[in-house]
Parts: sequence; C-alpha cells; structure tokens
Amino acid sequence: MNGYGGKILRVNLTTGQITKEPTPAHVAEKFLGGRGFGIYFLYTEVPKGANPLGPENKLIISSGPLSGTLTPGAGKMDFTTKSPLTGGYASASVGGHLTAELKYAGYDSIIVEGISPKPVYLYINDDEVELRDASDLWGKGAITVETELKKRLGEEFQIATIGPAGENLVKYACISHDFGRQAGRGGVGTVMGAKKLKAIAVHGTKDIPIADPQALLRLGTEAYKACKASGGFEAWVRYGTSGVTVWSNEVGAFPVRNFQAGALEDYSGLSGETMRQRIVITDKGCFGCPSPCGKYSFSKKYNIYVEGPEYETTALIGGDCVLTDIEDVAYANWLCDELGIDTISVGNVMAFAIECFEKGIITKEDTGGLELRWGEPKVVFTLIEKIARREGIGDLLAEGVKYASQKLGKGSEEFAIHVKGMEVSGYESHNAPAMLLSYMTCDVGAHHNRSWAITYDLQVGRDLVTPDKAERVIYLQHVRPLFDCLGACRLQWVELSIDLGLYPPILKAITGIDRSWEDLLKISERVWNLTRMYWVREVEGFGREWDYPPPRFYKEPVTYGPTKGKLMSWSDIQKLLDMYYEKRGWDKNGIPTPEKLAELGLADIVK
Amino acid sequence: MAVFLHADSTKCSGCKACLVACSLAKFGVNNPKKARLAIIPKFPAPGVFEVKTCTNCGTCAEVCPVGAVKVNEKGAYYIDPNECIACMACVKECPEQVIFTHPDYPVPFECDLCGACVEVCGPGVLWIE
Repeated sequence: MNGYGGKILRVNLTTGQITKEPTPAHVAEKFLGGRGFGIYFLYTEVPKGANPLGPENKLIISSGPLSGTLTPGAGKMDFTTKSPLTGGYASASVGGHLTAELKYAGYDSIIVEGISPKPVYLYINDDEVELRDASDLWGKGAITVETELKKRLGEEFQIATIGPAGENLVKYACISHDFGRQAGRGGVGTVMGAKKLKAIAVHGTKDIPIADPQALLRLGTEAYKACKASGGFEAWVRYGTSGVTVWSNEVGAFPVRNFQAGALEDYSGLSGETMRQRIVITDKGCFGCPSPCGKYSFSKKYNIYVEGPEYETTALIGGDCVLTDIEDVAYANWLCDELGIDTISVGNVMAFAIECFEKGIITKEDTGGLELRWGEPKVVFTLIEKIARREGIGDLLAEGVKYASQKLGKGSEEFAIHVKGMEVSGYESHNAPAMLLSYMTCDVGAHHNRSWAITYDLQVGRDLVTPDKAERVIYLQHVRPLFDCLGACRLQWVELSIDLGLYPPILKAITGIDRSWEDLLKISERVWNLTRMYWVREVEGFGREWDYPPPRFYKEPVTYGPTKGKLMSWSDIQKLLDMYYEKRGWDKNGIPTPEKLAELGLADIVK
Repeated sequence: MAVFLHADSTKCSGCKACLVACSLAKFGVNNPKKARLAIIPKFPAPGVFEVKTCTNCGTCAEVCPVGAVKVNEKGAYYIDPNECIACMACVKECPEQVIFTHPDYPVPFECDLCGACVEVCGPGVLWIE
C-alpha cells in the first residue's frame, strides 16, 4: 500500500505475544492514519467501560501517510488511548523522528495491549521485534533513559520513554522523545506506566513505498521552497513558539495567577528575544521540518540542557505560576521533561494549588510546611517533584485539577480551570468567545491544538458571539487535526501560511490516490464525530454540560491586563453551544444525530 | 579548489529533509538511510548537529584498486556500480566517512553534487561551490 509502512505491530504485554498484521486498506481509506487510526482502533477494540489503567485499555501509536516522506514537517506521531485523566478520549502527538523511523521499519501503528508482569521496553529493529527487560531503567528519568538506550543500541535508534511520573501513574504523565519533545496531554504516559512499558526503541532501514517518486521529489521540493519564501519564516525560526509570549501579553491572552489575569505586569524576562539571547543554543527541528520551532537551550544558572521552553510551558509555569525569569521556567521545564510530566497540566495544577493556599483551602499542614506563593521558583520546583513522586500534597495534585478540586471542595471547583477534566492550556479566554468555544468542544478536553481561534476573535471582534465564530471553530477542528491524521505538522500552514492546496498533490504522489482537500476534510469530520461518540459511549450522562467552561470564565472578571473587567456571560456560552451543535448536525445535548453518523459512514461502527 | 557540497553545521536543525531528497533524487526511493550525506545529532549535550558531506578530496579514487571511482561532468567523484567490486576500501579510507552502504545495494555510493539536498534545506545549511 503506497504511502504506508504496510503493517500493524500488535504487542500483548500480558502474554508477551507479538504479531504483525497487514494495515487494513479499508481503515486507511476511511481514517487515513495517525489519530484516525487511533480512534478507529480505540473505538472498535477497547471494550466499553475499560479501566484506563487496566489491561483492557490499549495504547495505539500511529504514523500517517505523509510521515517520513519529503513533505515539510512530516514528523508527527499520534498516541491514542482511553485517558486516565478524563476518562474519555485521549490523543497526543509528538514530533521528532519517531514516526518516520517507525515507517522505515515497515509499520504504521503499534497497538500495545495488556500489562507486563515486569518493566520492559519494546525493541524494534526492522523485522526484529522483542520485549526486553527494563528493570534497570525503571525509576530513571526520561532524558537519562533516552541517553542510555542510544548508548546501548546506537544513535540511529529513536526512543520514546516515560519518566518516574508515568511509573507513579501521575494522571498527566507524558511520553518523551528526542530529548525534549513530548506526547504531552491526557495521560498517555500514565497508560504506558500502568502497562510497565518503560520505553520503545525503533530503527528502520526500509523504503516507504511511493506511487510516483519523481512527482514527490518535484512537489515536495516546491513545498519546501514555499516555506522558505514565506514572509513569516525568519521570525518564526528565530523564536519558535516563544515568539507568541509578548503578543499574548499585549492582547491579554496570557494566563496569569490561575487565569485571573490576562497579562503579567512585567513579561520582559520571558519574551522570545530574552530567551533567544540568554539561553538558546541550537534550532532543533522535527523530521522534515524546514522551519524549526524547537529551541534547544542551555541554562548557565542551573547547568542544564533543555528543549524550550515552548510558549505553553512559559504560559502555564511562567505566567500562571508567575515565574518571570526564563531560566527558572527552563529549569522547571527540564524537571518536567526528566520526570515525564506534562508542563501544561502541571503548571495549571500548581497555580490552582497556590490559589488554594492563598484562600486557606490548603494549609502548611497539607504541604509539609511549604508556603505556596506566586512567583517562587522553589515552590514550583518542589511541587513538580512532589507531584511526579506522589509525595504529600503531590499525591492529590497528581490526580489533576478536576479531581483535586472535588476532593478539596470549599468552592475550589469554581477556580479549577479545566474542561472535561483536562487542564486549560495557555490562552486566557474570558474575552475570546471562539477560543473559549475551542476549549469547550475540544475532543480531548481543554487543549488549544485542535482549534487555535483566538486570532479570529481578535480579527473580527472579541465581544462578538456570532455564528461565524462557531463556523470558524469547526473549520479549524477539521483542518488542524487532519494534519494529525496525515502524520505531519500543521505549523507550516499556521505560521508560514503555505497554501493548503500544496498537500493533496503531494499525498497523491505518495499514495497514488486522488483526493481533494474537501475529501480530506470529510475524513477529518468523520474522525471528529467518532471521537465524540467515544465520549458518549464511555461517560455516563455525557452531553452538553461536559462542554461547559470553568466557572471563572463567566463569573469572575479579568483582574489585570488589556481585557481587565471582561468576562463571558452564561447566556453567550449557551448561545455558542447552540450555534456550534446546530452547525455540526448534533442535537441540543451535543450528541451527533444518527443522520450525521450515517452521512459520515460511521453507522456500521457506532451501533 | 574543487567544487563540493559545503555545510555550515551551526545552522543545521537535524530535520533530515536533505537525506530524503537525496534518496529520491539518486535512487528514486523515499529512504534517508540511502542518502549520500549524514547528520550526526549530539544530544543531550552539547546539543548540536554535525553535518558530514563529501569534500571531493579524491581519496576514494586514490584507494580504489580497480579504477571504479570516476569524475562526472560537475567534477564530482562517483562510484561506477558496473565496475565496483565492493571491496569497501573507499568506505574505510574516506576521511569524512561519507561513502555509504545499504543492504539493498551491492556497492557503496557517494555524493555526485546533484544538489537536491540544497533545494529543500530550510535553514540554508548546504551550498555547492
């Protein structure tokens, strides 16, 4: 099958059985790959009601048809599972070189099943696949383990690993790869930890079958040239996502003090330029990327190498916990990377804990004497360690902000900043209806990846709650995740504005199948609706109220920044959902109608 | 001085697009493991990439026992697969370690200055002069 590795690798950790199956052509046709494969296998193979940390849950790791080919940014790997953080659908993607390497070894997906009786790692060297003992790696940090496995197996192996947080079942543990890239959100690393799978090491030497190699060379080269010719190229490559920080503060989108404010009083110490001048040493790209956003840094203050900090880390640790020195954020980032913890969720959770302390809901008795205060690097570093190791207050905070607030009570639910149990990422949305709707309806919980609509709010008017905002969110929710089906990065389109029309001909050259952009968007809509139906199946009573935002966004006005005094109204939130559901062809409770499912060819899967 | 493929390693971000373009241009396959230049990542420390390219020094031609290393119209040394006896002397002696092998091919291969890699490199690491 052109464009595909051709095989699905199935690994049962309980029995140790390893099997290879042909990649099903009908699944490739209907779901493309990447997160499309993820939800297909999750929905059809993991039984209803499975415990996310039990043997019935599966971790589905998938590349896409563009992965590993001559396409700008073709280095995205999807990790899908039932989320231990939210109890619903989780899909997290990682860049780097893992997805390309898996295809060179001849595989499109790895489906990890069961639970191993002892710590193991999965070794893949082309056709040779085995589970190897990882007892000596258990307990070690992700950067340490990646370094060690490369030393043992060779630099050419690509490694995905968890740190202690995954082993300790911290509900938002990540999977780390390429010394600083993470499949971050939803607890995909927690599932790996529950399965006692410490790492995956992949090396491949095979060709990816290509329908028309000459056309791929020509079209791929044109796309690379289009990226380089983009007006945004130079600034994007200089700063990467850290270039967003100043803008975010200027427009009041920077989360500060647990999303109470939309800007820091002084953010100069966190700006992209400060970061570039003080700590960045190398631009580090994912596979096939002409415009590397990865900034590899060295902090003299802490004597550590770290990739980043990315904008999101700076927003949730720098802004939300008020650490205003980029080197403090870099060290917190390094701690999270080594311990294997999602910087977004942990930053959000720590800000919640600090606010609880401020309000007397958490006291020094709970924290072992530690005073939780804004702007204290030591507080942040200590909390990260405690959470990763589930020590003291860290044990509660490791469950995520939703659970922690329910347990603590005393009104803390009002400022637990999450949707569906996933902590909100780096965009303060009191005065950004399209962005807020993006968070409310995102299929993994409150993540910006599926729809980054705040620029649309700024473009057409931040106070407007109009049907075009729902339309825009739906459009983005189809375009951006489509890249996660294709196994490629969306940022060449988002940040360099390259023409989306470049992709269908490249995909045709690779697969030999002629599809228009509209055909591809239909696949993305199919995937979106199936992820929604997964929530419906797994969460009792799932519906409209699961799409509600944190109360802070409609009860407490912004305290500082350009949007000071702003908040959403409850009626506007209802209006946004009404418009969104209607345009999606869902009922008023937010459930896809049978007609919509039939239209998308899902009737036979969703019975 | 001979024309050759230059690389400024300090600009490399390790994306390997050059390697894929090379394999497509020279072998008609999508496989960076069949490329004629190399990127060596050095992480977590010192956190840099080293790019290895052919400097057209001619050692390969000097050590080839059967005269299978020839010079093309661009002035680049190349291995004629019809004459190569796969003794691997050039692979061993290459001072830059940029003569490559792959299990799919009986004989080694090296850069012939086609320039496909230069065209796709985003940060401008590579140039021929």
